[in-house]
Amino acid sequence: MALLETHALTARYGDFQALFGVDIAVDSSETVAVIGANGAGKSTLLRSIAGVLANTPEQVHFDGDAIGHLPAPEVMARGIAMVPEGRRLFPSLSVEENLLIGQYGRKADGVWSLESVFDLFPILRERRSSPGTALSGGQQQMVAIGRALMSNPRVLLCDEISLGLAPVVIRDIYAAFPRIRESGASIVIVEQDIGQAVKVADRVYCMMEGRITLEGKPADISREDIHAAYFGVAA
Amino acid sequence: MIWLDTIVQGVLLGGLYALFAAGLSLVFGIMRLVNLAHGDLIVLAAFLILVLVTTLGLSPFVAILVAAPVMFGVGWLLQYHVLNRTLGDDILPPLLVTFGLSIVIQNALLEGFSADSRRIPAGGALETASVNLGQVSVGVMPLLTFLSAIAVIVGLKRIFYATALGRAFRATSDDPVTAGLMGIEPRRVFATATGIAMIVVTIAALYLGTRANFDPTIGPARLIYAFEAVIIGGLGSLWGTLAGGIIIGVAQTVGAAINPEWQILAGHVAFLLVLLFRPRGLFPRATD
Repeated sequence: MALLETHALTARYGDFQALFGVDIAVDSSETVAVIGANGAGKSTLLRSIAGVLANTPEQVHFDGDAIGHLPAPEVMARGIAMVPEGRRLFPSLSVEENLLIGQYGRKADGVWSLESVFDLFPILRERRSSPGTALSGGQQQMVAIGRALMSNPRVLLCDEISLGLAPVVIRDIYAAFPRIRESGASIVIVEQDIGQAVKVADRVYCMMEGRITLEGKPADISREDIHAAYFGVAA
Repeated sequence: MIWLDTIVQGVLLGGLYALFAAGLSLVFGIMRLVNLAHGDLIVLAAFLILVLVTTLGLSPFVAILVAAPVMFGVGWLLQYHVLNRTLGDDILPPLLVTFGLSIVIQNALLEGFSADSRRIPAGGALETASVNLGQVSVGVMPLLTFLSAIAVIVGLKRIFYATALGRAFRATSDDPVTAGLMGIEPRRVFATATGIAMIVVTIAALYLGTRANFDPTIGPARLIYAFEAVIIGGLGSLWGTLAGGIIIGVAQTVGAAINPEWQILAGHVAFLLVLLFRPRGLFPRATD
C-alpha cells in the first residue's frame, strides 16, 4: 500500500462538481507531479487531501489510515504539509515567524529547522526580520515552501509554486527540490507549467476536467500523450 | 498645583479605563468581534471576586488568583460554544448575540445579588493609603491600577510577539484557512484569546470593585469607556488603548475640576474631538 492514496475522490463546490472519482497513489519518498490546464481540478485534489475540503473517510488514505474526513489541522498534524496556491504568507508575521508557524501543529524530528531552511534558501536568512509580504514573489514562495518544511512533513503538497514567477526564479526554486527529496519526504507537485514539474518527478499524473487522463513515468510518456491528456485533443 | 494634581489623578484613572479596554481590544484585534457584553463580564467578575472575598474571607488580591482561571474558563467556553458560531462575513450576528448576552448577565446578576450597590473590601488601610510623589500625593489603589494596566499591556504584547500562541493569534487573524494548514484550529485559538481577555477582565474587575461601588447594571457604561479608549488609541493598538484611557481619564478629572457636573461629559467630548480630527485614532495600525 502506498503512503498516500485517494480512492474515487470526488469534490464539489455547490452545484459544480470539480472531481469525478480521482485515484492517485504516492509512495514513500516519491515525487509525483500532477499536471493539467487551469480548472482541471488539480488544486481541488490537493485541497481535498489537505483537509481544506471535507470528504468521506475512505476517500483519502494516509499511512494505512482513512483520513478523508479529518479537518486541515489534524491532517497537518499527521505529517501532510501544504504549500498553498498564491503562497498565502501571513502579512502580520515576519519571514522568521512565518517559518516558525509552520511547526505550530506538528513538531517532528527531522532535518528541517529554521537553520536548515535558511541554508536551503540563504536569501531568507538576510530577510528574516522583514514582513513576509514585503519580499519578492520568488522569495515569498521560498518562505511558503520553508514554512511547510518546518513541520518535517512526510508528504509535501505544492500547489502551483511557479504561478506568476519569472522563469529564472522558477528554476531557482526547483533547484531546491533535490535537497527536499533527500530529506525523505514524498512530494506532490501540482503545476500548469509542465516543464519543471516533469523534470523533478518520478511519476506524472495528467488531469482534465476533474479526471485523471494519463499516468506514467516521465520517460515513458511522449509529448503527444501529455498534449492529448492535457488539452483533450491530439497535438 | 491643583492642576498638576488633577492631571496626575486623571492619568491614573486612565489606567482603569485602559484595563476595561485591553480585553476588548485584544478580542477585536484577533477576531474582529465586538463584544457588547464586555462591561457586563467585568461586573460578573467583580461579583465573583466579591463572593470569594466575603464567603472565604480571602484578600481580593488572592481572590483574583482563583477568579482569573474561572473567568478564563468562562471566556473559553463562551467563545468556543457560542461566539464562534456568530463569526463570519456578516458583522450583525456577533453584535446581536453579545447584546443579548449583556442582558442575560445583567438580569442573572440582579436575580442573584439584587440591585443593591456593593463594594469589594480591600482592607481599610490599602484603600486610603497614599504615597507622596514630590508635589502631588497619589492613592495607592489608583497607582496600583495604573501599574497593573501597564503590566497587562506589557504581558499581552509579550504573548503577542514572543510566543507561538501569539504567532497563532496573528496568523489566524490574517487568514484562518491558511492557519488551518499550519495545524492551527481557529476555533480553539479564538477561545484561548477570549479566555486571556477574561483574565484581563478579572484584573479590571478587581479595581472596579475595590475603588468604587458597583451594581449589576453598570456594565454598559464601562463598555462605553472601554470603546472610547480603544477608538481614541486606534483599533488594535494596545499602547494606544492606554493613551486613549489616559485621555478620557484626564478629560474627566479636568472637567470635574471645572465643574463637578462636567466629569462624564468631558470624557465623551474628548472622545468626540479625537474622532473629529483623527477618525482612525491616534495610533492606527498600518492596515485595516
